[in-house]
Amino acid sequence: MNRRRLLQGMAGTLALGALPGAGAGGLPTKVDEAVKSLYGERRITPERVRVKLPKLSENGNSVPMTIEVESPMTATEHVARISVFAEANPLPQVANFALGARAGLARVETRIRLADSQHILAIAEMNDGSLWSGNAFTLVTLAACVI
Amino acid sequence: MTIRIAVPESAKAGEVLEIRALIQHRMETGYRRDEYGRAIPRDILKHFECLYNGESVFRAEFFPAVAANPFLTFHTRATESGILLFRWTDQAGKVSTHSASIEVR
Repeated sequence: MNRRRLLQGMAGTLALGALPGAGAGGLPTKVDEAVKSLYGERRITPERVRVKLPKLSENGNSVPMTIEVESPMTATEHVARISVFAEANPLPQVANFALGARAGLARVETRIRLADSQHILAIAEMNDGSLWSGNAFTLVTLAACVI
Repeated sequence: MTIRIAVPESAKAGEVLEIRALIQHRMETGYRRDEYGRAIPRDILKHFECLYNGESVFRAEFFPAVAANPFLTFHTRATESGILLFRWTDQAGKVSTHSASIEVR
């Protein structure tokens, strides 16, 4: 009983490690490399950033996406920039946004093209240099024209 | 290039404004092929910037994954009355702009 519970607990931890960006078998994915080229080895905490995507996208050519970051957006504490990545597109980068204290609200919406069902990852950099992330998954029924 | 901007005409000082900007552009990704199988070259808008009385308050960098007719919703605080300038730059450096005025009480 105890050993079974221990194994179940370990399986849970392994599943957490399989979040987008980990890569199956430990090989770096395109998103991993893109994130590394922007942020190096800096620690990214998977909190405070919310990516909103429809659960199902009828048309991969135009998928509405909202990125929201919990932040007071004051002069001393605000989101400086947000970068967005797609794990199953030919190119991992989707868009970068530069905000700042004047934004008042850390929320950006746009429409993106998706080549396949996938996770979208958003990384927010605060004015103090700390990095936060969030991701969402969407099922794409009609892929965008090869992106 | 048709541009549509939605921004309140007036606001109270300190209020957070929601601004929506849309520009007509096919955002050719460079991945599509024509009827002869030749790749259609990439032709996209690369940068967007919103300037509030000359000061940059929001910037965006686009990659081919941004959908055609790029649409953006972003926010900025209403500080003083003046002009909001919206500027798009394509990959060749060509610039398109549009402006809107705002009255801040």
